[in-house]
Amino acid sequence: MSSPTSTPGGCKRGRNTNPATPSSEGPTSPPSQRRRGQDSSTGDLMPMPTSPATDILSPAAPQDTSLFSSPRPSVQPNEVDMSSPLMYGTPSSRVEGTPRSGVRGTPARQRPDLGSVRKAPQVDLHSEYFIFLRFLQRFIDPTSNEDENAGLDLNEPLYMQKLEEVVYLSVLNSAVVILLYIFCILMLISKIFFPQEVIPTFDMAVNELFFERFPDSILEFQIQVRPYNALKTRNMRSLNPEDIDQLITISGMVIRTSQLIPEMQEAFFQCQVCAYSTRVEVDRGRIAEPAVCRHCNTTHSLALVHNRSVFSDKQMVKIQESPEDMPAGQTPHTTIVYAHNDLVDKVQPGDRINITGIYRAVPMRVSPIQSNVKSVYKTHIDAIHFRKTDEKRLHGVDDDADQKLFTEDRVQTLKELAAKPDVYERLSSALAPSIYEHEDIKKGILLQLFGGSRKDFTQTGRGNFRAEVNILLCGDPGTSKSQLLQYVFNLVPRGQYTSGKGSSAVGLTAYVMKDPETRQLVLQTGALVLSDNGICCIDEFDKMSDSTRSVLHEVMEQQTLSIAKAGIICQLNARTAVLAAANPIESQWNPKKTTIENIQLPHTLLSRFDLIFLMLDPQDEAYDRRLAHHLVSLYYQSEEQMEEEFLDMAVLRDYIAYARTYINPRLSEEASQALIEAYVDMRKIGSGRGMVSAYPRQLESLIRLAEAHAKVRFSEKVETIDVEEAKRLHREALKQSATDPRTGFVDIAILTTGMSATARKRKEEAAQALKKLIQAKGKTPAMKYHQLLDDLRGQSETAITKELFDEALRALADEDYLTVTGKTVRLLA
Amino acid sequence: MFAASQSDPNSGWEAKAVEFFKDHLKEKDAPTSVPSLNDVPLHYLKPNSLVKFRCLIQDMFDPEFYMGVYETVDPATKAKVLRCGKYKDVTECGVSRVDFNSRNTVTAERQTFYCVPIPGENPWVKEISSLSRVVPSTSYAPTRQKRSYEEDDEMDDMDTQPQKQREPHPGMSPQSPTEQHGNGDCKRQETEAPSSQTASTSHLDLNFPLPGEKGPSCLVKVYENWDNFKLNDTLEVYGILSVSPALSALADEKDASSSIMDPTESMETAEEQRVHCPPASLVPRLHMLHARPVSHNNPLLPSATLEDNSAFLSSTLSEMASVRAELLTYFTHILLGDALAAEYLILHLISNVYSRRDVLPLGKFTLNLSGCPTASYTERLYQIIQQLVPSSYYLGMSLQNMNQMRLVPKKDYVANRLASGVLQLARHTSLFLDEIQLEQGQLDTTGVRNVTALGNLITWQKVDYDFNYHQMEFPCNINVLIVSEGRSLLPSDCQIHLQSQVTPANMEEYLSSIHMHTQTSSQLNKFRIYLSVARLLDYNISDEMTKSVEDDFVDMRKDDPQSVSAEDLHRMLVVARLLSLSLGQTSLSRDSWLRAKHIDMLRRSRMEQHKCVNGNEP
Repeated sequence: MSSPTSTPGGCKRGRNTNPATPSSEGPTSPPSQRRRGQDSSTGDLMPMPTSPATDILSPAAPQDTSLFSSPRPSVQPNEVDMSSPLMYGTPSSRVEGTPRSGVRGTPARQRPDLGSVRKAPQVDLHSEYFIFLRFLQRFIDPTSNEDENAGLDLNEPLYMQKLEEVVYLSVLNSAVVILLYIFCILMLISKIFFPQEVIPTFDMAVNELFFERFPDSILEFQIQVRPYNALKTRNMRSLNPEDIDQLITISGMVIRTSQLIPEMQEAFFQCQVCAYSTRVEVDRGRIAEPAVCRHCNTTHSLALVHNRSVFSDKQMVKIQESPEDMPAGQTPHTTIVYAHNDLVDKVQPGDRINITGIYRAVPMRVSPIQSNVKSVYKTHIDAIHFRKTDEKRLHGVDDDADQKLFTEDRVQTLKELAAKPDVYERLSSALAPSIYEHEDIKKGILLQLFGGSRKDFTQTGRGNFRAEVNILLCGDPGTSKSQLLQYVFNLVPRGQYTSGKGSSAVGLTAYVMKDPETRQLVLQTGALVLSDNGICCIDEFDKMSDSTRSVLHEVMEQQTLSIAKAGIICQLNARTAVLAAANPIESQWNPKKTTIENIQLPHTLLSRFDLIFLMLDPQDEAYDRRLAHHLVSLYYQSEEQMEEEFLDMAVLRDYIAYARTYINPRLSEEASQALIEAYVDMRKIGSGRGMVSAYPRQLESLIRLAEAHAKVRFSEKVETIDVEEAKRLHREALKQSATDPRTGFVDIAILTTGMSATARKRKEEAAQALKKLIQAKGKTPAMKYHQLLDDLRGQSETAITKELFDEALRALADEDYLTVTGKTVRLLA
Repeated sequence: MFAASQSDPNSGWEAKAVEFFKDHLKEKDAPTSVPSLNDVPLHYLKPNSLVKFRCLIQDMFDPEFYMGVYETVDPATKAKVLRCGKYKDVTECGVSRVDFNSRNTVTAERQTFYCVPIPGENPWVKEISSLSRVVPSTSYAPTRQKRSYEEDDEMDDMDTQPQKQREPHPGMSPQSPTEQHGNGDCKRQETEAPSSQTASTSHLDLNFPLPGEKGPSCLVKVYENWDNFKLNDTLEVYGILSVSPALSALADEKDASSSIMDPTESMETAEEQRVHCPPASLVPRLHMLHARPVSHNNPLLPSATLEDNSAFLSSTLSEMASVRAELLTYFTHILLGDALAAEYLILHLISNVYSRRDVLPLGKFTLNLSGCPTASYTERLYQIIQQLVPSSYYLGMSLQNMNQMRLVPKKDYVANRLASGVLQLARHTSLFLDEIQLEQGQLDTTGVRNVTALGNLITWQKVDYDFNYHQMEFPCNINVLIVSEGRSLLPSDCQIHLQSQVTPANMEEYLSSIHMHTQTSSQLNKFRIYLSVARLLDYNISDEMTKSVEDDFVDMRKDDPQSVSAEDLHRMLVVARLLSLSLGQTSLSRDSWLRAKHIDMLRRSRMEQHKCVNGNEP
C-alpha cells in the first residue's frame, strides 16, 4: 500500500517531461533515468559475476528473508535466493548457465525482455510483492469466458488453478508463462511506470507460491509473469517520449520478422595458459574481456569460447499501425519490436497483434572517431507478450477482437436512439444520404449490415446456419448501384470491394504463394476470406467469369471456402454477407423479360440471395422533382446543413457494431407462428396456379430478416412486427425481381429454376405440339429444321419463337424421340 | 549560431523565435527574400540558414525521439554545457562529449516527412518563380565547401538563373540583410536530363512520383502539429537547412561496419538505412519553422488566399469574361476549329473537387476528347496545356506503359518507405491520358490493376495505395483529360467528339501551324492567371435557381424520360457551375443554366452521330 507514496515522484517526473519546451525544474528524461539506474546497478554488482552463488547469498538473504513469510525451515539456499526480490535476476543467480540438477532444478535467468534490473528500486517492492501474492491467491476472474479457461472452475481463484495445471500437465517446454490481466489501479501505476522492477517481483512471488504449494515439482524453467492488456493500451501514433521505459500495450500488424539472432548473454572465457575458465555477463551489448587470468595471473591470455557461451534467442519484429487506427490521409507508422526467447517466431507477417512490452529508446551509437553524435534516439519495444487478435478468426466467432469499446455515454445515446419508434426509418435514411430514395433497398441493406443471429447446429450434423443476408442489386446503368456499394464498403470495418470484371476466382478466395523471404508456402487470402464477418461488395457481378462465380456457391450458403492447391488443403471461414450489383445483359433493363433473362446469372446462384432488388428509374413527375431537389441540394448545401439532416455516419457505425456484438435475438412464440403462417401463405399463393412460390430457403431468409430487424430495435426477442417487416421487404423484393412478365404474378420459380412456371408449361405444350406434328407427318426419318419450324408456326395459335422451338426440340431429344444434327432433325426408333 | 541562445533553456526563447519568424514571414515581401531550395542549387545555400521549399509530402516516416536538450562535458576541464538539439541533426560539442547520463537531458519528439518538389510542375512555373525573386546582385564569392558533391552538376543544370543570397543571421533579424550576393558566373542553360542524373539515381532512388523528374528532395523535420499534415499535401516549408556532412558520414560508417558485432544494427536493412539516412548532400534536411499550405502553385498569383487579396481578385474578375473569349478563340484554333470542344476544354481545366458527400466527389469533370486525329496532334495538344497549367503529366497509355509502369504507390517494406507511383500527384494536377497510344495486345496483371486504378481515380477521385497487406484509400483531386480515337475504355464524366473543321488533306499543314502560332508571353500569363483563379472561386446556387433547375429537370424528364437520368442532372449541374465560374460569376444565373443545357444538348446530339464508333458504348 505504500507504493502510491513512493511512486508520485517518479510519475511526475515522467509526466513533466515536456517534449516541446525544456523546463528548468527537473528536466530529466526517461532514457537518462534508465542509464543512471543501470550504471548504479552494475557498479554495485561489480564483484558479483565472478563469485559463486552461495557467497552472494549471505549478504543479501538475511536482510530480506525477514520480511517474508515464505522461507520454510527446509529450504535450500537456492530457495532463499529465489525469494529475495533484490536477488532476482541478478548475475549471481545464474552462475551456472545450464539447468542444474539440484533439488530445485529450476534455474533463474535474467529475462532479456526486461533488461538489467536496478539495484535501488523506486517502488516499494515489498508491498507490491504481498499485494500480488494476495491477488494470485484470491483472484477470481469475473469476466472469464469458457473457451479461454476451459476446464477451470470459475469460482475458484483463477491463477491458483493455473499453477496446478502447470504441475499436472507439465505442458511447458521453454518457460511457464502466467498471463496476467492487469487488475487494479494500484498495481497498474507502479507496473506501468516501473515495469523493470515490478515484474521481477511478481515473477518471484509466483515462483514462491508455486514451490510453496508444490514443493516436490521440478520445473525446467522458472514461471514468468507476463502481464498483458496494460490499461495504457494505445495507438502507436500516440506513443511519445513520456512512455519510454514504461509498460505499454499497442495494437498493430506484423509486417516483417527477422531471422533469429543469437544474442550473447554470458561470455565464456578460457585462459590459454592454465585453462582456467570464467564467465562474463554481457552488459549493454558489450563484453568486458578480463585482462588478467585470475588463476595464473597471465595477462591477455583469456580467449572467448563461443560454443560454451550462453546465448538467448532474439528476433526483430516490425509492426505497423493497423489500418483502422489511422487518421485519414496519413501513412501508417511502424515500430520495431524485439521478441526474446519463447516469443521468437510466435508471430508471422500479416498477423494482427496486441503487444505488451516496454518501450525503449537508445541513443545512436557513439562512434569512437567522431565527437558529434546524431541527436536521435532509436526506439523499440521489448515484447513481453503477444496477443494475436485474429487468431481465432479461423476457428470460431471472434467476439473479442471485434469488440469495440463503447463508453457509457455512447451506449446511452445508442440505447436512446434504439428506443425511438422510428429508429428503423431513421437508420435507413442515414444510409448513403447522397443516394436518393430507394427506401426499400436501403432498408434491405440496413438489415444486411445487422445480419441475423448465428445458429450452430454442428452437433446435429446440419452445420452452421447462415446468418448473413445476401443482397443483389440489379438495374439500369447509372442508378447509383456502385455508389451504394462504395458507401457500404466504407461503412463497415471489414468490408471488401471488388469488381467482377477485375477479380478472378483466386483473388476472391485464397492463393498460395511463396514468401520471398522465408521461402515458405503461405496462404494469401482473397477478398471473400478477408471480409469474414463483414460485407463483400462485388460490383459488375454479371461480368464475372463462370469459374469465378462458381466459387461463390459454397461461400453464399455454407459460409466456408475449401481450398486444395499446392499441397495446402483447408477450409477457411468466409462468413461474409455478399452485396452484389449487376447490370442487365442488354444494358437497359427489359421489363418484358424475367430477372434471370435480364442478367443471365445461373439460378442456383440467384436463389442464394435473400433479397434481389431492381433499381429502376421510376419515371414519374413527383419522383423526378424530389430527385432534382435532392441532387441540387447536394451541390449547394454546406456540409453542416447536410449533417443536421442526417444521422452521423460514426453513430451509425457504432450502432451497427453494438447491435452486432451484443444483441442476439431469439424467435418468440408468436413470431414463429407468424413465420409459419407467412410461409404457408406464400406456398398457397403459388399452389393455386399449380406452381410453388416458396421454398425452405425463402423461409430461412424470412427468419434472418426478422432477426436483423429485431437487432435494429436492440431487442433480444424477435416479435411479430419484425416478421411483418421481413415479410413486407421480402415481398417487395420479390415483387420487383420475381414477377413473371408474361402473367404479372410473383413466381418464385423464376429464381429457383430459372424459368417461370408458365414458361415451363408453354415449353411442354410446344413440345407436345411438335411431337404431334411430327407424328402426323408419318414416316419421315429426317426433316429440315426450318421446314419444321415453319410448319409448327403455321399450326400453332400462339407465337412460337425460335428459342421456344429449340427448347421443344431439346425436350423431345431428352425423351430420346429425336436427335438434332446441324440443320436436320432425325427421328429415333 | 544558435548556441548562444540555446545554452539557456529556460527563457522560453524557442516559442519567441518561432513567433518571430512567423511574423516576419507574414509580411508581404519577406517570403521573397528567403532563398528557395527549388531554384537555388544546394551548394549555393549556406548550411544552417533559413530557406524555403515548395514541395509535396511524398512519404511520412516514423516519428523520432531526439535530444531536445543535452549536456556536453569537456573531457579536459570537466565543464558542462547545456545545449539545445532542436532544429539540429547532429550534436555540437567540439572537443567535448555528450553526457548521456545527464539528468538534464530532455527527450523530445519530431516527425520526418520525405518531401519532393511538386510533381509535374511545368517549366514555366519554375522559370517564373525563380525570376520573381529580385535580389540585388552584387559580387559573389563562393564561400562554400568544395564542389565535389556529385549532385552539383545536375543541380546546376536544372537551374536557370541561380542566385545566391546569403542568409541573414537566423538568430538576428531577417529584416536586416547583411550581405546579399548574387552570382553571374553560374548562369547555365537548362538542359534535358543530364547524364549525371541517371548515374546518381542508380545508386539512390530519390523516389519521385513521376519518371524523369529532377530536383532536390528533402527530409523535412516537423516539430509541432504534424498531425495536421497529410500525405500529398503541397506546402511551402520555411526552415533551417542542414547539410551536415556528419550525417552522411554516419550512414557510411554503418554501411561499412559489418553488423556482426551489434545485432541491433543489423535490424535495419541496408536499403532502409539508405532511404532513411541518405547522404545530406543529396537529400538535405530541413528543420521546419513554419509551413504554409500551397493552395495553388501558380507563381503569377499572389501566394496568399484570394480572400486576402480582394484588389487582385476584383481586377481579375472584371476582365475574366474577355480573357475567356480570347482563350476560347485560342482553343478553338487548336482544337481544329471546334468551338464546342474548346468550351468544354476550358470547363475541364477549371474543374476542381470542391467537396465530398459521403463517397461521392463533387465538382470533378473528367473530359474524354474523342476523335483526335493523330498521335502527333495529341502530343502538341499536351504541350499547349502544359504551357497553361502549373503542373501536368502526360501519360501515354501504350500497352507497354500500362503493363510496366507503377501507377499506384506501393509500400516497400524492405526499405520501409512508400515507393511512389505516377498517380501520387498534388491536387489540381492535370493528368493527360493519351489513349491513342494504346494498341492491341494483352494487359497483364499489372496492366489490369493500372487500368482499374485509373478508373477509380476518375470515378471516385481516390487512389488505393498498396500496403501489401491491405490497401489504403487516399483522396485526390486530379483533372483527368482523356484523348482517344473512339470512346475511351475508361469512364469519364463527359465525352465530346472532336469535329474537325480542317480537311484531312490540310491536316499536316495545319498541325505544324498550330505549333508555330505560339502566344505572346503576356497573353499566356493572362490565360494562366485566368485558369488558376477560376478554379479557386467560391460558388453557390440561390434558392430560386434551385427551384427553376428542379422544374427544368422535371420538364426534361417529361419530354424524354429515356434519355435524361439523374446522372445527366449531375453532369449538368457541374457544367453549369463551371460555366458560371469560367465567366467569373460566383452564383448560378438563369443564363448560365440555359447555356449549360444548351451546350450539353449540342454535345449529346453530336454523340448521337458518332454512336457506333467502337464497342465501348454502354
